[in-house]
Amino acid sequence: MSNHLETHYIPDSKQRERPRKDLKVIGKSIRRVEDTRLLTGSGRYIDDIELPGMCHAAILRSPYAHARIVSIDTSKARELPGVVAIVTGSDAAKHTGPVVTFASPPVEQRCIALDKVRHAGEAVAAVVAESRYIAEDAIDLIDVEYEELPVVATIEDALTSKGQAVVHPERGDSNIAHEHLYSFGDVDSDFEQADHVIKRKLRWNRSGPYPLEYKGAVAEFDKGTGKFTCYANSSMYNYVGWLCAASLGIAPSQLNIKPVVAGGSFGSKLFNHKSIILTCTLARAAGRPVKYVEDAMDAVLNSDAHGSDRLYDAEIAVNSDGKIRSLRFDVYDDYGAFIQYGYGTHGNALSQIIGPYKIKSVAMKLTAVLTNKCQQGAYRGFGSEVMNFLLERMVDAAADELGIDKIEIRRRNLIQPDEFPYVLPSGNIYDSGNYPAVLEKALSLIDIDGWRRKQAEARKEGKHIGIGVVTCQERSVFSSTEFWSLNKLDTPGFALTSSPESIRVKIDPMGKIYAELHAPFWGNSPETMVTQVLAEQFTVDPSDIIVGYADTDGGLPGTGPGGSRFTVMITGAAVSAAREIKGKLTAIAAHMLQVAEDSLEFRDAGVGVTGDAEKHVKLSDLAMMSHYFRLNFPDDAEQSIDGRNRPPQNFSSGLQAAATYDHPMTTMPDPERKHLGIFYPIMGNMAHVAVIEVDPDTGRIQFLDYAAVHDAGVVVNPKTLAGHIRGGTAQGIGTALYEEFQYDAAGQLLNASLADYRIPGVFEVPSSFKIGHVETPSPYTEYGIKGGGEGGRMASPAVIAQAVEDALSPFNVLVNELPIPPGKLHGLINGGTS
Amino acid sequence: MNKIEINLTVNGNRQRANVEPRLLLSDFIRDGLGLKGTHVGCSHGVCGVCTVSMDGKTVRSCLTLAAQADGASIETIEHLGNATELHPIQQAFSEAQGLQCGFCTPGMIAITREFLQHNPTPTREEATEAVSGALCRCTGYEAIVDAILLAAELIANTPIRTEEAADE
Repeated sequence: MSNHLETHYIPDSKQRERPRKDLKVIGKSIRRVEDTRLLTGSGRYIDDIELPGMCHAAILRSPYAHARIVSIDTSKARELPGVVAIVTGSDAAKHTGPVVTFASPPVEQRCIALDKVRHAGEAVAAVVAESRYIAEDAIDLIDVEYEELPVVATIEDALTSKGQAVVHPERGDSNIAHEHLYSFGDVDSDFEQADHVIKRKLRWNRSGPYPLEYKGAVAEFDKGTGKFTCYANSSMYNYVGWLCAASLGIAPSQLNIKPVVAGGSFGSKLFNHKSIILTCTLARAAGRPVKYVEDAMDAVLNSDAHGSDRLYDAEIAVNSDGKIRSLRFDVYDDYGAFIQYGYGTHGNALSQIIGPYKIKSVAMKLTAVLTNKCQQGAYRGFGSEVMNFLLERMVDAAADELGIDKIEIRRRNLIQPDEFPYVLPSGNIYDSGNYPAVLEKALSLIDIDGWRRKQAEARKEGKHIGIGVVTCQERSVFSSTEFWSLNKLDTPGFALTSSPESIRVKIDPMGKIYAELHAPFWGNSPETMVTQVLAEQFTVDPSDIIVGYADTDGGLPGTGPGGSRFTVMITGAAVSAAREIKGKLTAIAAHMLQVAEDSLEFRDAGVGVTGDAEKHVKLSDLAMMSHYFRLNFPDDAEQSIDGRNRPPQNFSSGLQAAATYDHPMTTMPDPERKHLGIFYPIMGNMAHVAVIEVDPDTGRIQFLDYAAVHDAGVVVNPKTLAGHIRGGTAQGIGTALYEEFQYDAAGQLLNASLADYRIPGVFEVPSSFKIGHVETPSPYTEYGIKGGGEGGRMASPAVIAQAVEDALSPFNVLVNELPIPPGKLHGLINGGTS
Repeated sequence: MNKIEINLTVNGNRQRANVEPRLLLSDFIRDGLGLKGTHVGCSHGVCGVCTVSMDGKTVRSCLTLAAQADGASIETIEHLGNATELHPIQQAFSEAQGLQCGFCTPGMIAITREFLQHNPTPTREEATEAVSGALCRCTGYEAIVDAILLAAELIANTPIRTEEAADE
């Protein structure tokens, strides 16, 4: 415990399943349950959905970044055979209101622009036709007259623009959406007392998740009942479905959202509310089922899913011995034309603002600006990957200034294993960890000393090998207060505090277990996770478990994947449901075996008497008995064998339970925001080590070696976790070296297509990753599991920046900006600092 | 728009259809024949998601017109194994975890199949080269290369399968 917060600040743990050594299924790399259908072409992604009589929609995208819509003439388009309906912004607005925003005061956004377009690519009209081909033909026949407005395309412009250049004049005559200083601990005094203060300006440019499948929806409107049915590849359909209904002007129960498999999300499909609202609006207008699936241009220009776009002016206060005292920075973030998740990506960053280091005070002055670009959404890391980059760059800068080795400065500042739970100055806690162990394991996995020798030899031959080592936090298990905790105190907006997850578990008469999830498959392995947990609980083979998905009609409270939360949360729900069913199974078995309940244990796919191998009833027999032989059991408690009070429903027919699990450890932000409360405490940690070679003649970077050691608590499936680490790291490599959405001064996105926006291919990533795990159980989650879905991308940009500087130390190159594609790096080599 | 008659074989079945000249092969396969296992990614030939086999060679079905497939033999992911018996390449992708979201997988498998038919005992470098023209956003590729090498092994160790593979 530290500083200003009382000891009662941390609520008691609600953990029921302790981490154990004798787990049989959790911790094993079982084959993924999801694989078979994905491998055989039976995945059923959104574009695979077909409804009888279904039409297809295409949208007309604005060619201008900022313009008033003077008139829209759809008459020619309407004459095209096969066109069913054309919907403009004003048509849509007759029945459909603004879409979801967590910004406060709200930033109004429509599924089709109303009166004004605010970024190039924004939807201006939609055509519904018998085929996508006809819909796209008709788009070309719509005449729109625009009156151009001044374009705001940079942070600098946004800070000063007024009048016609203001993107949302209804919020005031400025493009500064939000400006606030958040200060925790005694920052000024720490800076005064520090031996050294090191300053850097850093730039993190805009990239994006760019999954290979884009967003979409298939919607049907039943005129008789007034009810919509909508398929969509939204991750949080069960969390925000009611908000889509609100936009459509209907009750939540009049919109049934059916989940489908998503072809990757990485945050881009978190809400996917705009596709749902747009497609339902079109289905209502057309009187026919409608499919709208983004093409690549829609997905990038009108996606609401670009990543952070930040400029930092930062300083770090350190003592001569390398101990870090404080960190403060101004951050400017270019949100684009709308703000859907409030300032959540900065709230997120504050959950781990001190990294794994003992930093006692921090201050962040946030300036969020509106420009004429596509809006930001969620991208793997949700702002924390940028924070990690900033902090690691500042630690590197401090090491350089003090002449301390980059690994050594980290060792001197790491929070030690006996200091948990560790309270941050900003209020969040770190639940547990062993940061030195993670770092040392990574260094030994990659043979750091060997690489340093090779590096020295290579230098003599004129080759530029660089080594980077970073230690970063990997917060997991999203909770909702970050969406609003940075909003102004007098206008907090919708200050929600719930982020639950639910499950329904049923054992069929043959003893097979059906688990129903209330959140979708978004690209990794929710079915495998729940299968492993339930197999552990019921001592059955994973193949005895079948997993399905609820739509919102049958939806229990659920949030969905995001913020590396799903494994922890569904495990909590699965444990609750399993315990309820196991109580009933135990009562049934006790009656069948005529023994006391407390003599029984779950083993070998059934229930047996502890210490007596013979006395055992199989789950299939218990299930058959429970489903179809009610009269074999007593009617009430008094007749149960051990004479204990048992409610009669213990023997009611069938075996099922529904359970909702709330976040295991969150508290409210302080009313004055002196701290932000406990909001992201399930804290993973990682050390990444990269060895690269830079060709100074071309600026090309090749990976020679790469180690990633993660502590995600107790690991459920090492193989799937390793997959996330590699995949996340590869995305971080793209962020660091190749990917940037480039807007010109007119607000035109110059590189929307994958031909121009280069994501890493097989030659741009390490050919082999050395993956390691340290398992420090969380004291707050079931089995001690932590989340680990985003970590790779939260460390690789920072480690690459350091490795590049190391490789190019003879050229005095400073990496202050990402990405650094070969051309830009080549310029740095010849011109010095970025 | 005038339509063109095409005759082709898809996954061993004869098909005749009248198509618009502009109809993409990907749309013909997916919407005309209902074979949804062929996915469409970037739709301009970069990502490789839509890759299918045409007369034994991989093509990007988003850049191929259905009319160009007249007289051809097309094979899609549905031609390989099914849930009860996976093809060794499918099995290898699962065992090596060469997939996460599965969206690029049918294309990756088509590429792997063509590659292993020409090079049944590849080196790691050759397998890497083989998928260098296709994109995956989930795996970081290492596991895909693992899967290709494992598939080569599985095919080599399954004599009956080898003949089938040669047949194909």
